[in-house]
Amino acid sequence: MLITVQNCDPFGCTTQTKVDTEAMAKLNEAQPLGQFVGLANYLNRNHLAVEEIGAILADNKGFSDVVSRIFNLPFYRALSFTLVYCFLVTPLAMALGFAIALAVNTLPRLLKGPAIFISILPMIITPLVGSLLLAWMFNPAGILGATLQSLTGDPGLSLLASPALAWTVLIFYGVWTNGPFSFVVFYAGLQTVPHDTVESARIDGASRWEVIRHVIIPHLAPLATFVALVQLMDNFRVFEPIVGFSAEANATSLSWLVFNDLVGQDAQLFGSAASTSVITIVGVLILLAPVLRRTWREFNQKAV
Amino acid sequence: MSVATRRPAALNALILGFLAIWIIAAAFPFAWTVWGSFKVEADFFSRQSWWSAIEGTRTQAQTGSAFTLAGYAGAWVKNEFWKAAINTLIVTVSVTLISLTIGTLGGYALARSGSRYAFWILIAALIFRAMPHITLVSGYMLPFFQLNIWGVLPTTIIVLVAINQPFTLWMLHSFFLSIPKDLDESAMVDGCTRFQAFRMVIIPVMWPGVITTGLFSFLLGYNDFAVTSMLLSQENQTMVPKIASFLGSIQNEGNVMYAVAAVVSATVPLFILVLFFQRQIVSGLTAGAVKG
Repeated sequence: MLITVQNCDPFGCTTQTKVDTEAMAKLNEAQPLGQFVGLANYLNRNHLAVEEIGAILADNKGFSDVVSRIFNLPFYRALSFTLVYCFLVTPLAMALGFAIALAVNTLPRLLKGPAIFISILPMIITPLVGSLLLAWMFNPAGILGATLQSLTGDPGLSLLASPALAWTVLIFYGVWTNGPFSFVVFYAGLQTVPHDTVESARIDGASRWEVIRHVIIPHLAPLATFVALVQLMDNFRVFEPIVGFSAEANATSLSWLVFNDLVGQDAQLFGSAASTSVITIVGVLILLAPVLRRTWREFNQKAV
Repeated sequence: MSVATRRPAALNALILGFLAIWIIAAAFPFAWTVWGSFKVEADFFSRQSWWSAIEGTRTQAQTGSAFTLAGYAGAWVKNEFWKAAINTLIVTVSVTLISLTIGTLGGYALARSGSRYAFWILIAALIFRAMPHITLVSGYMLPFFQLNIWGVLPTTIIVLVAINQPFTLWMLHSFFLSIPKDLDESAMVDGCTRFQAFRMVIIPVMWPGVITTGLFSFLLGYNDFAVTSMLLSQENQTMVPKIASFLGSIQNEGNVMYAVAAVVSATVPLFILVLFFQRQIVSGLTAGAVKG
């Protein structure tokens, strides 16, 4: 809908190309923008991709073909990384946090403060900044990236080129930045473990490992469920590391899809972003269901 | 703990070894980047060997000294990172103050109210706390464009307060629950109104809780990328989206060191915060865990 107009003034003529507003208005009247599209945004190729999935299921060359073709659809790619990140980082970070808490607890009093200080840095750091710090180190010309290249003997190994490395590094980052939260909570929990119980277990002949297994872990179990739920919720919205590591070619997440729709170069896809958001929120609600049930029960007990 | 304190030497070595590895993993990225921010790019991203980042061979060749402030000068002066720093200060301080004002009043009301709607407000808060921030932003953007309030600091502050409020309410609510009801009842028997009891009796007891919640509100405003990057125009950017925009524009010119210097500058306030408020941060996390 562009027209060329000629502007003439005493010093000569210039031609100018501009948008023909009249024609645009007519076109808009015939086919107005912002129509109601029903569920089209949810079902199209960039979201649930119902038709594509149907086509893949109807015509495929075995199970691995189905998986790889579904994985190529943007929404399912993002969903699979989000879920893998969520359910891998959460237990690994909790295990790391628990181990650090046990180790720090054995330190002499004077060293505990500095150890806690350094340990909570990865958690308190701005997520984008934290992921940039690691991304620069894993850069092929950075300290860890170069070391990895020489260790594997593969000079082309880089975050951008290798999906496997990108996923590993993102999960490594997740554990690095989420571990301290579990550490702090478990460390506080360790202070409340009754000494008498531990001591009597030791006198009864329990080994150190058995004390941890049968006294300390049961004592911390309620805290662990709390940490697990909070961490699942937080990890489900993984977003900044993908920007920080520029990993979008190999790994995307649901939050990143929304972000990508909104920063689109020529047009911001509000409808698309909104439908991804709603699907994400449904995912959060599913993850949240156990917490909601527990809160409901506790509240009813309090009221009675 | 007399039995438990006598650990065999092998176990001690194992514990210390594990801790040493963790401490290095936690602290080394910071130390490395701070050190590298005073080098030129050819050293920090050295093609030959990372050893040159430590010695600064190229830095010496290019600037005549083993350390250079070129990255900081480029970021702060040339690319006006100071503006972003001022914006961050405005945003985080406003977010913290507004969140605390609403949060203390609301948390107190919710903690003292036994009615059913209090529960539903808390549940709604919990659900909103769990939502990815970006999903909320996607709904805000179009109305903000139409109202012509997109891109300015006050809008962003309001959105950040809205995102932060559920958390503040929950946290302060659980702190208020730990203060016995007798305290405000006796104040009211002595002739205080409800608000006077809140202001003169409860808040002084609540200071630790208020400070802890304030810290986390501050961190939310400071660390946010999703909201600030979507809702602020180029000239109003805070530090974190500014760093992200460095990556987009400057990387082509080979000046990634500006971004490195900016990242280090943005980390310093967090370091200071942890240094002074370590106890409150730890107690805040555990308070949420034990009570929430």
